Amino acid sequence: MALMTLLAITTIAIVRQRNLFGVVILAGIYSFLMASVLIVLDAVDVAMTEASVGAGISTVVLLGTLHLTGGLELERPRRALLPLFSVATVAAVLVWGTLSLPPFGTADAPIHKHVAPRYLEKSVEETNVPNVVTAVLADYRGYDTLGETAVIFTAGIGVMLLLRRGRGRRKPDGAADDTGAAK
Amino acid sequence: MRFDVVIRVGTKLILPFILLFALYVQLHGDYGPGGGFQAGVIAAGMVILVALTFGIDQAKQVAPQALVQRMVPLGVLIFAGTGLVGMLYGQNFLDYSVLGPVAPSARERGILLVEAGVLVTVSGTMLSMFYAFVERGR
Repeated sequence: MALMTLLAITTIAIVRQRNLFGVVILAGIYSFLMASVLIVLDAVDVAMTEASVGAGISTVVLLGTLHLTGGLELERPRRALLPLFSVATVAAVLVWGTLSLPPFGTADAPIHKHVAPRYLEKSVEETNVPNVVTAVLADYRGYDTLGETAVIFTAGIGVMLLLRRGRGRRKPDGAADDTGAAK
Repeated sequence: MRFDVVIRVGTKLILPFILLFALYVQLHGDYGPGGGFQAGVIAAGMVILVALTFGIDQAKQVAPQALVQRMVPLGVLIFAGTGLVGMLYGQNFLDYSVLGPVAPSARERGILLVEAGVLVTVSGTMLSMFYAFVERGR
């Protein structure tokens, strides 16, 4: 509950903050809080990812973006009524949708009845891997993980292509030659 | 290019431990939390720390840009290649049970290989993105 309150406070601070440098740092704090929430929920693998990617790498990449774009947000648009209305509507629909979910932690929720029990019972026997998350991720659902890796690959290629545009023609083998300009 | 001595010495002290932790997360992912994705991000984070403290040229000596960019597709190829081995032996794609005589340990081996592929792609991608941002800003 305390974590949730802190999350809400951080979110409001992010919305109110005009200086984008502050926003990036607050987003990092948000990620660490989220990682703590995930640890409380016993999702340690996800918490580790959230802490390392959300708070670590993406903070660095966003700071790099700020270095390219400048650190102040543009003026707020005048009319905020329509966005406010649509956001409130979507939020109401989402909350309404959660009402028909089974209560949190219910043992006989549909998600625990499908293949999850089989993974929990058989994964050590079938794969010698005690961490069931790893077994599901890399073996039972290996196809999904291959897809995820391909997504990361695609994203990396996309970022490289976008950011190197207009530079590659002059120096095809990267920019290892312009030393001394490091910040 | 002056940097605070505390940050430089502190970075030097902490670097081997970050790398060791990345390897631990990678190889111990079978037993505890973690795996290729997290380990790749931590390893990339180590190089980024070097870049932030000692400058981008030092970081490129640790992880050359050409190597990092080749790692991006290499990891996907390791992953897909592990899957293809199963097909070559007449099983399904990504069926690791052909990688050894006993099915459980063979599947464990397959998981290790696949996680290595994820590690290579993730750390390569993160570092390539970081390098791309830094060079664009020059």
